[in-house]
Amino acid sequence: MMETFHYDNKIVRNFAIATVIWGIIGFLVGLIIALKLIYPEFLGGIAELTYGRLRPLHTNAVVFAFAGNAIFLGIYYSLPRLLKAPMWSAKLSAINFWGWQAIIVGAVITLPLGITTSKEYAELEWFMDIAIALVWVIFGLNMMLTIFNRREKHIYVAIWFYIATFITVAVLHIVNSLAIPASFVKSYPIFAGVQDALVQWWYGHNAVAFFLTTPFLGIMYYFIPKAANRPVYSYKLSIVHFWSLIFIYIWAGPHHLLYTSLPNWAQSLGTVFSIMLIAPSWGGMINGLLTLRGAYDRVRESPVLKFMVVGVTAYGMSTFEGPVLSLKTVNAIAHYTDYIIAHVHLGALAWNGGLTFAILYYIIPRIYGVPLYSKRLANTHFWFATLGILFYVIPMYVGGIMQSLMWKEFTADGLLRYPNFLETVTQIMPMYILRTVGGALFIVGSLFAVINLWKTAKSGTFLATEEDQAPAMDKTAEVRPAVTQKAFHRWLEGKPALLSVLVLVVILIGGIVEFIPTAMVDSNVPKIDSVKPYTPLELAGRDIYISDGCNNCHSQMIRPFRSETARYGDYSKAGEFVYDHPFLWGSKRTGPDLHRIGGKYPDSWHYLHMRDPQSTSPGSIMPGSPWMYTRDTNFDVLPSKIWALKTLNVPYTYADNDPAIIQDAKAQAEQIAAALRAQGFSDADANKQIIALIAYMQRMGTDIRKATTVPSK
Amino acid sequence: MYKQVLNSISNVEIYPIITLVLFVVFFFSMIAIVVGMDKDTVEHASSLPLDDKEAT
Repeated sequence: MMETFHYDNKIVRNFAIATVIWGIIGFLVGLIIALKLIYPEFLGGIAELTYGRLRPLHTNAVVFAFAGNAIFLGIYYSLPRLLKAPMWSAKLSAINFWGWQAIIVGAVITLPLGITTSKEYAELEWFMDIAIALVWVIFGLNMMLTIFNRREKHIYVAIWFYIATFITVAVLHIVNSLAIPASFVKSYPIFAGVQDALVQWWYGHNAVAFFLTTPFLGIMYYFIPKAANRPVYSYKLSIVHFWSLIFIYIWAGPHHLLYTSLPNWAQSLGTVFSIMLIAPSWGGMINGLLTLRGAYDRVRESPVLKFMVVGVTAYGMSTFEGPVLSLKTVNAIAHYTDYIIAHVHLGALAWNGGLTFAILYYIIPRIYGVPLYSKRLANTHFWFATLGILFYVIPMYVGGIMQSLMWKEFTADGLLRYPNFLETVTQIMPMYILRTVGGALFIVGSLFAVINLWKTAKSGTFLATEEDQAPAMDKTAEVRPAVTQKAFHRWLEGKPALLSVLVLVVILIGGIVEFIPTAMVDSNVPKIDSVKPYTPLELAGRDIYISDGCNNCHSQMIRPFRSETARYGDYSKAGEFVYDHPFLWGSKRTGPDLHRIGGKYPDSWHYLHMRDPQSTSPGSIMPGSPWMYTRDTNFDVLPSKIWALKTLNVPYTYADNDPAIIQDAKAQAEQIAAALRAQGFSDADANKQIIALIAYMQRMGTDIRKATTVPSK
Repeated sequence: MYKQVLNSISNVEIYPIITLVLFVVFFFSMIAIVVGMDKDTVEHASSLPLDDKEAT
């Protein structure tokens, strides 16, 4: 008995529009911050538009708004067609769409306002995290119920990737967002220091895995066969590569923390699993590319396949580069530099961007019932995008390695050849300029896509629904014996609930084996007696540091290399971070490390420097922060912040709502301000943010110097 | 520093061993299952995206 049903193209169109709009916005913000590195005064002096606040906006826009909407676009198009069933609920689809857009708008508002957790790709504050979890569950519910109500018994490989995406992102997001709110706009993560770093990079790495990789692999497995009109190269390979990928990926997170204060065994585990990850990643790439064997002539004809081929190839390159970067010797050079920026842009622009534009060029003509407006324009876009990527990535590779080698170069006398960090920055400025050209080329290409897709839509008629027919699922087939080895995976592929549970088990194994020892580390991080919690004023200063995104350019983690201890001071110890909620180790040194900045310069230096960095450091590309001299520190919120941290076992001796909290903060601020005024800075005002920031900066990394016994390595 | 952490966790060496065993068992049972899959299943499964009314 054939049944007739209708696919909903409206939701597909909406996600397509959102993908394009947010994509352009995300790219433009990227261009703005690239220009800010060349012209620090560009859009300068405005807190809401400062580099440290816009960079998270750029990464979040590209990851969650551009790629995120593209994921939904691909899933809402391919899932119903693979299952021969419309989405379970059009209402849930709509909530998914509008909820996701509302969250993005929320990010566009809160991040420039400095409402941020500072944790990379998880910057949104706790109230946004709750909204994300709700919308994500609605998406997953809609997807799973569609799967349970399908007509095609067999669940195709693309859908396993979608299921793994839903489950793992939910787990990652919830664990990494666990926090105690101190106010409506501020929370402290429940983990501190080393543990917080491990959880964050377990999340950060797997956000790349399960937000930017698995859903796009699912998209690849549906759209490459469609566009080439031939089945996937090897279905068996897809099974092996799916299970190995989701099993191994979850372990590799610690490679973001090599040479840091993270225990060495955890670092090594991260490295080993990163190397192993090459195999399943390349399994996916090979499967995608070989699907086109014998059909390569079509690649010349079809812009969809062109973007796919370059995208999948870039995926292969990135997933080779990633494991190599996780080797300690390579990491020692590449980490904290622009090399990593090149690495992520190869993935984001070519792999995520390439696949996204490919499916846009595939879907839009089909849901409007016309051929693409201009193949030529799409080809022009392809070349702008490809050249743009090269102009972006290659200068950043060169600049990253150049700068790193300069950081590490010693003279014959055993002194740093470039003791002034700034010298290593000015040397790579030409690379920053070339990178901006690359980014601009990519954006121009994307604008061609907007025109092309718009004209295509204009020339056709939108098919809001699409009719299809299929027989109802044969329920009797389910009682087929399942125990034989031959039929096992086929049987499993007809059991979505069991498949999902297995996926959950597989991804949790990695998490659990990694977490049990980490939980033990909590009580085993060598405590350093002299390390004490921040004073209320320093805490306020630390939150200003977070709010203005200083951590986007400055690390607080001195690795145990001679080149780093000579430049910055004693290397960082795990025990120094036990009260750091969140950790602020950073991942990029656009400016120097700050862990031992405390006491390095007088307060007056910071007072001059923050207003106009060029006044103390000629040629600096750091933007000034004049607003810190006019905006007041929020003292009133300090008691609830201290309460939140006490809840997390930070040993403050203050009672709840102790009036001494505010009194102490004000007294410390007045002391700093008075000293500055005595030195001739007549406008130094204890209530202003700059004073709290200076208090924090001068405290940073100093406790250990007071130690009577320093723990041995 | 890390040695101190390691020594203070009793039986820490068990973790890498568990890891290795888990992965090997997982990987080889998967290979066994996949190698044994019958041809019809594989053909049916891989033709699924192409199996709709739309002409591409």
